[in-house]
Amino acid sequence: MAAQTLFEKIWNSHVVHEAPGEPALLYVDLHLIHEVTSPQAFEALALAGRKVRRLDRTFATLDHNVPTTDRSLPITDPDSKAQIEMMRKNCRDFGVTLFDLGAIEQGIVHVIGPELGLTQPGLIIVCGDSHTATHGALGALAFGIGTSEVEHVLATQCLWQAKPGSMEIRVDGKLSNGVTAKDLILGIIGRITTDGGTGYVIEYRGTAIEALSMEERMTVSNMTIEAGARAGMIAADHKTVDYLRGRRYVPAGAVFDRLAERWLTFHTDDGAKFDRSLTFDAASFAPQVTWGTNPGMVTEVTSKVPDPARFADATSRRAAELALEYMKLAPGTPIADIRIDRVFIGSCTNGRISDLQAAADLVKGRKVAPSVQAMVVPGSQLVKIEAEQRGLDRVFKEAGFEWREAGCSMCLGMNPDILKPGERCASTSNRNFEGRQGKGGLTHLVSPIMAAAAALAGHFVDVREWVRR
Amino acid sequence: MEAFKNFTGLVAPLDRPNVDTDQIIPKQFLKSVVRSGLAKGLFFDWRNQPDSQFVLSQPRFEKANILVARANFGCGSSREHAVWALADFGFKVVIAPSFADIFKNNCLKNGILTIVLKPEEVDAVFAAIKAHEGYRLAIDLAAQKVSDELGWSATFPIDAFPKRCLLEGLDDIALTLIHERLIQSHEAAHPVTYKL
Repeated sequence: MAAQTLFEKIWNSHVVHEAPGEPALLYVDLHLIHEVTSPQAFEALALAGRKVRRLDRTFATLDHNVPTTDRSLPITDPDSKAQIEMMRKNCRDFGVTLFDLGAIEQGIVHVIGPELGLTQPGLIIVCGDSHTATHGALGALAFGIGTSEVEHVLATQCLWQAKPGSMEIRVDGKLSNGVTAKDLILGIIGRITTDGGTGYVIEYRGTAIEALSMEERMTVSNMTIEAGARAGMIAADHKTVDYLRGRRYVPAGAVFDRLAERWLTFHTDDGAKFDRSLTFDAASFAPQVTWGTNPGMVTEVTSKVPDPARFADATSRRAAELALEYMKLAPGTPIADIRIDRVFIGSCTNGRISDLQAAADLVKGRKVAPSVQAMVVPGSQLVKIEAEQRGLDRVFKEAGFEWREAGCSMCLGMNPDILKPGERCASTSNRNFEGRQGKGGLTHLVSPIMAAAAALAGHFVDVREWVRR
Repeated sequence: MEAFKNFTGLVAPLDRPNVDTDQIIPKQFLKSVVRSGLAKGLFFDWRNQPDSQFVLSQPRFEKANILVARANFGCGSSREHAVWALADFGFKVVIAPSFADIFKNNCLKNGILTIVLKPEEVDAVFAAIKAHEGYRLAIDLAAQKVSDELGWSATFPIDAFPKRCLLEGLDDIALTLIHERLIQSHEAAHPVTYKL
């Protein structure tokens, strides 16, 4: 057989029907659901008298809307409460497994998929959420869909998809101390821009990618959508197999061994061709901080807020001007001089145990600056439990951080965790769009250790100087 | 889904690249459990600033049903609410040099046509709106053509399948279930790999 890319292997083995000039009908192995993008899909399904086709491939959780404060208290926002109740009712009526509040499996949909072993190499995974790209870190093809498509998958377990192009992003070499997976992906988006991946599925390869832990790979793959790409992927290897062993939905024993053997075939064959290839040197990346209103508007912590006048064309010049106006930043301001009011550590990008551990290691024995309000929101209840077993909650609380329950929280501010107008936040989330974290809120995207250091200093600092000490 | 009909409509200019779906409809409107009534949330933050000069705050664009914007329109969150809000406001067509993938798919499922024109053609539309109060464009999906009353026109690409879906207002799910036997045979060959 001709050499195939990882993407082609998965795509080709999921085509149910294909005709020339038409999109392919793809089979979906895993459909993850949350409360925000599913109510209208279930409503339409009920109206048409249809059922959920595969209850063994459909799993739901509550994440976007949920309060991160005391779970024993009632939900105060009536609209959030209604949406949560609707998810419970839909799951009951249709028989879908729901990881409800109070369940140890509950958490951000893109954290719990891998954590529970639902995400496996070679699968096609969809969810009504753009950060579904996360699951590609385990050698799966995973992408976000809209609510109409959620309905379609619920009813048919299939999806019509035009075949995207394939792009290889190769990163070789070693990341410097203090430079994380988050800095790598922010740096890549900065270089290829926020629509540099549109129309493609990106596979991340190279020695620097192989060296990443599974959770770091998830951070990289997660933000693929911020470069406009349909999905991000990373080949399955022994780290992937080791990560999945023993997880809740992963079979044990001889079945596992057979599965693992198959999983290890999910890599790009030697000699396979990509439609586009880019190469980066890992050593060329420094800690990143966004200065604008999309994730491609990013620079190094040692750098300055750029001058819009220096942008090549009129459209990007205007976009940069509008971004700086919104962000209340003057061109030429050193990034390290930007003072912050809030810090958010969490999200499907950086709310996993290794993210919290890295931030806690830096925070230990220090205090949050008096002018800063800082919070840590674990990505899932299992992350929270493990963090508490390791004593990370105490480290954060002693330093002055708030320690919360699991959910999407201030990544998108659908729950009460939002910025007030004009508040400036160092955030480990994935989007710095206008108003994303609250109307008039000013978001700077950074890594967990950069966020932790900013919380302590009250402004951005080059965390490489801290980790060297 | 309703079939897409040719029409001539008022064009509203949104002169920004990378307009994300968080701007098109902010988070507070995502708590709705229905598809209707989302027009009030459309570009909420931009429309509801004091003395907003935003295009859709201007009475002359109240009746617009074609929106023209810059590259990478609809990037970010997969929220279909963005499309429902545009539709509820009255938009039937969005024109831009490029669109984000998920947004484009969501539009298609709701009978909204996304038209990709070359950047210089989009420039021409922006210039024409500035020069002519009440500037209108005629949309002909079958001919893949946009034209104005002054003699300017441009053609646009669209794949055959989405074009047919729009023109015929096809129901996706019914279309898929035609292949029921193929789906069943795929399922038989690919059992779940979960410990349930």
